[in-house]
Amino acid sequence: MAEVIWGLATSHVPSIGAAMDRGKTEDPSWKALFDGYAPAREWLAEHTPDVAIVVYNDHANGIDLDFVPTFGLGTAERYEVADEGFGRRPVPDVIGHPELSLHLVKELIDEGFDLTVFQELDVDHGFTVPLSVWTPDPGEAWPCPVIPLLVNVIQYPQPTAARCYALGQALGRAIRSFPGDLTVGVLGTGGMSHQLAGTRAGFINPEFDHMWMDAIEKDPAKLAALSREELIAQAGSEGIELIMWLIMRGAMNEQIRKVHSDYFVPASNTAAGIALFDNRVSQPA
Amino acid sequence: MTEGTPTPIFDGETSRRGFRMNKLFMSLRTEANRERFLADEAAYCREFGLTDDQERAVLSRDWQAMIDLGGSIFYVYKLAMMDGRSMQYLGGVFTGMGEADFLAAMKAGGRRDG
Repeated sequence: MAEVIWGLATSHVPSIGAAMDRGKTEDPSWKALFDGYAPAREWLAEHTPDVAIVVYNDHANGIDLDFVPTFGLGTAERYEVADEGFGRRPVPDVIGHPELSLHLVKELIDEGFDLTVFQELDVDHGFTVPLSVWTPDPGEAWPCPVIPLLVNVIQYPQPTAARCYALGQALGRAIRSFPGDLTVGVLGTGGMSHQLAGTRAGFINPEFDHMWMDAIEKDPAKLAALSREELIAQAGSEGIELIMWLIMRGAMNEQIRKVHSDYFVPASNTAAGIALFDNRVSQPA
Repeated sequence: MTEGTPTPIFDGETSRRGFRMNKLFMSLRTEANRERFLADEAAYCREFGLTDDQERAVLSRDWQAMIDLGGSIFYVYKLAMMDGRSMQYLGGVFTGMGEADFLAAMKAGGRRDG
């Protein structure tokens, strides 16, 4: 069987990647954010999994509005870094893990999650920035193969928080049923509170974000009960991305141990959060 | 300048309304298309089948109108990037605050009320 060894929740703001790509991580406006990443990065460097799954959304780069998959999974051997208009980020392309991907597709479809399957997909900042948060200096290659799990969050109606949590739980079961010993890291990306358009643009809700950060660890069912409208009201029209953290959380055990978390405002127009959880803790009897 | 709503929702109806305009924005990811667009913006808009209102919004860079006429912020942003405009600039437009005040509000921890 394969085993989820950790979960990493992180914002995927493009400017975080740009700050790293342009050597600005020590600038006054960025230093605190990157200092806040350091403990998580150190722990992750000592706990490299065999494969990682990144739950993310595309931002009009890998897919268009011709078809909007509510949930999609990549089964490719390789994913190119998308050119979002002004050149690709100077980071390695992503090596996939088709064997695990195909297993997950079958298991999840058998559980009633009718996934869209991607044999070709360019991955944008929503995917590569979390990898950079995890591994700031990847060199020629990321630490392990990575599988993209796409979620539609930009066109209403997004999947409900409850459905995302249930997908995460099914994902956890599917990983555990893989016929082979693999260690797996799961990344849930996006958020935290932010809104890009409307007269409410620039909206940040630190009280909600801190509640979310606490509950994602201790009471994810409470978050899964939030309605789409409540999420948009509380976290902003783009803050609804936080539903992707619930997919990560669902794939993990009931009891998890928080290794590190941090919160920083602003990364561009966004409240940036990071939370790293160890999944290898003894469970209640 | 149109009056913005507090929280625009990019739903199915909006996406239908903005479909061709968003297609145009998506096309601007390549240098060749940006050059063609800049050479004759109106012709490029017609090529993509924009409505007259959408064409006017694009040509005059009326960012609020683009959102009102079905633009997704992630798509509209591709045109803004081509113009060298930041998301903070757009925030300044949508809120009526201007870029400098919007940026200052973000640095001070973000906006609460909206």
